Amino acid sequence: MIFGRRHIISTKDFSREEIDFILDRAERLEPYARKGGLDLLKDKVVATLFFEPSTRTRLSFDTAIKRLGGDTIGFDSAESTSVVKGETLSDTIRIIESYADAIVIRHPREGAARMASEVSSVPVINAGDGAGHHPTQTLLDLYTMRKECRKPLGDLNVAIVGDLRYGRTVHSLAYALSLYGASLSLVSPEPLRMPESIINYLRKHGVTLVETPRIEDALGQADVLYMTRIQKERFPDPSEYLRVAGSYRITPDTLESVGNDMIIMHPLPRVNEIDPGVDSTRHARYFQQAFYGVPIRMAVLSLVMGKEI
Amino acid sequence: MNVSDRELRVKPINNGTVIDHIESGQALNVLKILGIGSHSKTVVSLLMNVPSGAMGAKDVVKVEGRELDPEEVDTIALISPRATINIIRNYEVAEKFRVGMPRKVVGIIKCGNPNCISNSNEPVSSKFMVESADPVLLRCSYCEFVLDKNIADNLL
Ligand SMILES: [Zn+2]
Repeated sequence: MIFGRRHIISTKDFSREEIDFILDRAERLEPYARKGGLDLLKDKVVATLFFEPSTRTRLSFDTAIKRLGGDTIGFDSAESTSVVKGETLSDTIRIIESYADAIVIRHPREGAARMASEVSSVPVINAGDGAGHHPTQTLLDLYTMRKECRKPLGDLNVAIVGDLRYGRTVHSLAYALSLYGASLSLVSPEPLRMPESIINYLRKHGVTLVETPRIEDALGQADVLYMTRIQKERFPDPSEYLRVAGSYRITPDTLESVGNDMIIMHPLPRVNEIDPGVDSTRHARYFQQAFYGVPIRMAVLSLVMGKEI
Repeated sequence: MNVSDRELRVKPINNGTVIDHIESGQALNVLKILGIGSHSKTVVSLLMNVPSGAMGAKDVVKVEGRELDPEEVDTIALISPRATINIIRNYEVAEKFRVGMPRKVVGIIKCGNPNCISNSNEPVSSKFMVESADPVLLRCSYCEFVLDKNIADNLL
């Protein structure tokens, strides 16, 4: 499988075989993600261009680059760059591509990474564009399920809970799970339901799915409980928000009826969807999930730079 | 000979292109797609709301001295899927074909997502993939926004 010089823009650009290939690579890199000791990216410079702040994603990429023995340049907010002076993203990319061997970009506008990849002669990795794609998040989510669940991805029942309307990373995740044939339970308040176009897509691709506003309906059969944040701004009426947010809060009590092997994931940061009391239960996996971002990003970086391990 | 035939023959053109069977009301948008504006020197005749057996009413655009190539005109299919193109040479119809739905549409339609990179000051053209021809469904190649109605209103 050829990944060298390939851009990583959207999960939708990848087949199931290609995703498996990346996950396998991450598996081999995981020991080095914990303690380093590789020099696959020796003498390589990766630019991390964060036009909007996202500290966790940036640190995760930085760690991945350093664990591979590479160097980074870049910035973590547009204020510190010439962007405020009105320079176009196209110009910024044209300049940076002559400094770096790969570009990681996060940008507030949707489609920014796709455009950057058209301009750049070095591989571009999308680290989130507006409400758009964030492919390494989806990859690390899949990796977490593969590592932490006792069943293959295709046999899983994944309950995705929260804002399914605006959370585009959740859309990518649902799409990717459909490649494996996993079953989905989509739990959201009525105004934040998964968009019809995605539901249709999933049904067309034979995904077994249930939509419900009640988390209790999904808990019993779930192998994975994927929690997401619900933002207050989405609700015109604050009391409606409180009602919904309250009903999607996971506490140790909520978990009494669930299967022993069910795992709880969350892209973090959490606000109050998961009670800290859950952290010490056998179900919590969100901190491992955050760690798995490192081997996944190591895999992606080494692949696009054509490095074998 | 029906009314529209007589109308069309009022002023036959020597060399050029006649775009026939345009959905009535879309003739001006067709000019827009062809890049013919107020500064254009091309001789253009415009017939609007011509009675038509098959369509009830249709628009017709005649462009003199210019042969349009299929790629140039395929975009017309977005707003007038039944349009036909007649290439005229020496007052004769030398070639006749229907517009075909293009696979992609570049630089002609504005993305409906205000936060799309193609709607910023970047030096890029908008770009859509045609996902379905009937009904017309376009997907922005940058932000994946789906455009399926009011396509004529989004002409750049
Ligand atoms: Zn767009």
